[in-house]
Amino acid sequence: MLAQFLQFLFSGITVGATYALAALGFTLIYNASNVINFAQGEFIMLGGMLAVFFAQAGLPLPVALLLAILVPAVVGVLIEKFAIEPVKGAETVTLIIITIGASLVIRGLVAVTLGKGTHSLPAFSGETPIDILGATLIPQSLWVLGVTAVVVVALWYYFNRTLQGKAMLATSYNRLAAELVGINTSWVLFMSFAMSAALGALGGILITPITLTSYDVGIMLGLKGFVAAVLGGLGNGLGAVVGGLLVGILEAMGAGYISSAYKDAIPFVLILFILFFMPRGLFGGKSTDRV
Amino acid sequence: MKKSVYNGLFLVIAILLVLPFIVPNSFYLDLAIRMAINAVIVLGLNLLIGFAGQISLGHAGFLGIGAYASAVLPTHFGWHPLLAMGAGAAATGILAALVARPIFKLKGNYLAMATLGLGIIINIALRNEAQWTGGPDGMPVPAMGLFGFELSNDKQWYWVVAILLSVSVWASLNLIDSPFGRALRALHGSEVASQVVGVDVVRYKVAIFVLSAVFASLMGSVTAHYVGFVSPNFADFFHSIELVTMVVIGGMASVYGSLVGAVLLTALPQALATFEGWETVVFGAILMLSMIFLPRGLVPTLAAKFGKGE
Repeated sequence: MLAQFLQFLFSGITVGATYALAALGFTLIYNASNVINFAQGEFIMLGGMLAVFFAQAGLPLPVALLLAILVPAVVGVLIEKFAIEPVKGAETVTLIIITIGASLVIRGLVAVTLGKGTHSLPAFSGETPIDILGATLIPQSLWVLGVTAVVVVALWYYFNRTLQGKAMLATSYNRLAAELVGINTSWVLFMSFAMSAALGALGGILITPITLTSYDVGIMLGLKGFVAAVLGGLGNGLGAVVGGLLVGILEAMGAGYISSAYKDAIPFVLILFILFFMPRGLFGGKSTDRV
Repeated sequence: MKKSVYNGLFLVIAILLVLPFIVPNSFYLDLAIRMAINAVIVLGLNLLIGFAGQISLGHAGFLGIGAYASAVLPTHFGWHPLLAMGAGAAATGILAALVARPIFKLKGNYLAMATLGLGIIINIALRNEAQWTGGPDGMPVPAMGLFGFELSNDKQWYWVVAILLSVSVWASLNLIDSPFGRALRALHGSEVASQVVGVDVVRYKVAIFVLSAVFASLMGSVTAHYVGFVSPNFADFFHSIELVTMVVIGGMASVYGSLVGAVLLTALPQALATFEGWETVVFGAILMLSMIFLPRGLVPTLAAKFGKGE
C-alpha cells in the first residue's frame, strides 16, 4: 500500500520537477512581455535531443550537456529578437500564433536534421535503484530533484538579491515605470527568453535518461508546463514550482490509481476545475483593471 | 444596412456558381469543398475571436464531437445521419453552455488555457474510447442520405457545401449588424463600458461561444460524412490552432477575411507537399512571418491600404 503510494509519489515528483522548470520558463517570459510562449515545450525537447546528439558525437558528457543548454538559449534569444520584439503590443492571439509558428519551425528542423527516432541518454550516476520503504527510487530522480532545487534557490537569490534580478522584477510590475528609472527593458526581454529556454532545456536533459526523448515530445511537456504555470497563478515564481510538482504528483497518482489511459488528460481536468473556482490560479492575487 | 456590404456576398455566390465549371479535375473540386467547409467553421470562430474578442484554442474538440456523433450513432445504434448530426450539435451546445459560464469569467491567457484544456480532454477521450471510436485509428462514417437521396459524388457535395457557405456568409453579415452583433463588438472594445450601457457581458459571451461551438459541431458532422472517415487528429490541438490561424491570417472581425484565411490555409499543405520533409518548418515560418508583417490579417490590411472598408 504505502510502497505503491511512495512509488507513484517518486515518479510524480520527478516529472513534476521538469514541469516546474518549464513553468518557471513560462513565468519568466510572461512577466517580461505578457507573452505565453508556446514554444517552451520545444526547448525541453531541444535540450534532450541536443544532449543525445552531442554525446553521440563523442563530446565528454559535461561539455555535451552545457552545449545542450547553451544552444536552446541562443534559439530563445533569436525568437525574441526576430519574432517577438518586432510585434510589441500585438494582440494575445497574434503572439500565440507566432510562438506556435516558432515551435513548428524548431520541431520540424529537429525532425529533418536529427531524425524522428526515440533516443535515450545514460543515467548520470549509475542505474542501481535505491530502496525506500519498499518503493524504489532511481538515482537519476535525485539528479532531477537536486538540480531543480539548486536552480530554484539560485533564481530566488537572483531575483531578490541582485540588481539585475530586481530590474527584471520591476519590469514585470510596471514596464513604463521601470523604463523611467533607467532599466533597459529590452535587455530584460532578452534575458527572460535566454533564461527560460535554458531552464526548459535543462529540464529536458535531466529527464531524458528516465522518459526518453524524440522530436515530438515538446508539445505535451510544454502544455503541461503551461498548466503548471497557470495552476500556480501566471507570473508567480513560487506558484510555478508548486504548480509543477502538483501537476506531476497528481498525474502520477491519477495514472496509478484511476486510469493510465487518461494520464495525459489529468492535468487539463485539474486546471479546468481550479480555474472554475479560482480564476487566477492557486497563488494569483486579486487584480484590478484600469478602466 | 449599406448596400455595399452585400456586394461581397454576391461576389462569393458568383465565384461559387462558376467554380465547378472551371476546376480542371476532381482533385481541385475536392480542395474547393474542403475550403468551403473550413470557411464556414472559420466564420463561426471569427464571430467569437474577431468580433467578441474571446480566444478559443479548443474548437477542434467541438468539431470532433460533431464528427464522431455522425460516425458513432449511425454505426453502433442505427440512427439516421441527420438525427445523429442534430444530437452531436445539441450535445456540443450543452457542453459549451455548461463550461462557458465559469470559463468566461476568465480573460486572455487564462481563457486560452481553459479552452485548450477542454479541447485536449475531448481529444484524449476520443483516442481512448476505442470500443466506440476506433481509438487512434479512427473509424469509417456511413454515407449521408437526404430525403431518400444519397449524397455520393463530389458534385452533389459541392452544391450542398456552397449553399451552406452562402447562407453562413449572409447570416454572419446580418448578425454583426444586429443588436446582438453590436453588443459583441462593444464588449470587445471595452467590457466595462458595454456593461455601463446595459450589455449583459457574460450572457453575450456565453451565447456567441455556444453558437460558434454548435457551428463547428455541425460542420464536423458534414466533414465526417464528406470524407467518409474520422480520426482523432481531426479533433487535436494542432487543428484548433490551424482554425485560429485561419481567422487571424484572413483578418480578425472580417467576414470576408474568414473566407480568405480558410482558402489560403486549406491550400497551403497541398502547396507545401513539394517541400518533402520540410513542410512543418515552412508552415511554421509562414505562420510567424505573416503574423509579424501582417498582424491585422490580410483583408483588413489590404482594405486599409486601398482606402475602403468592408
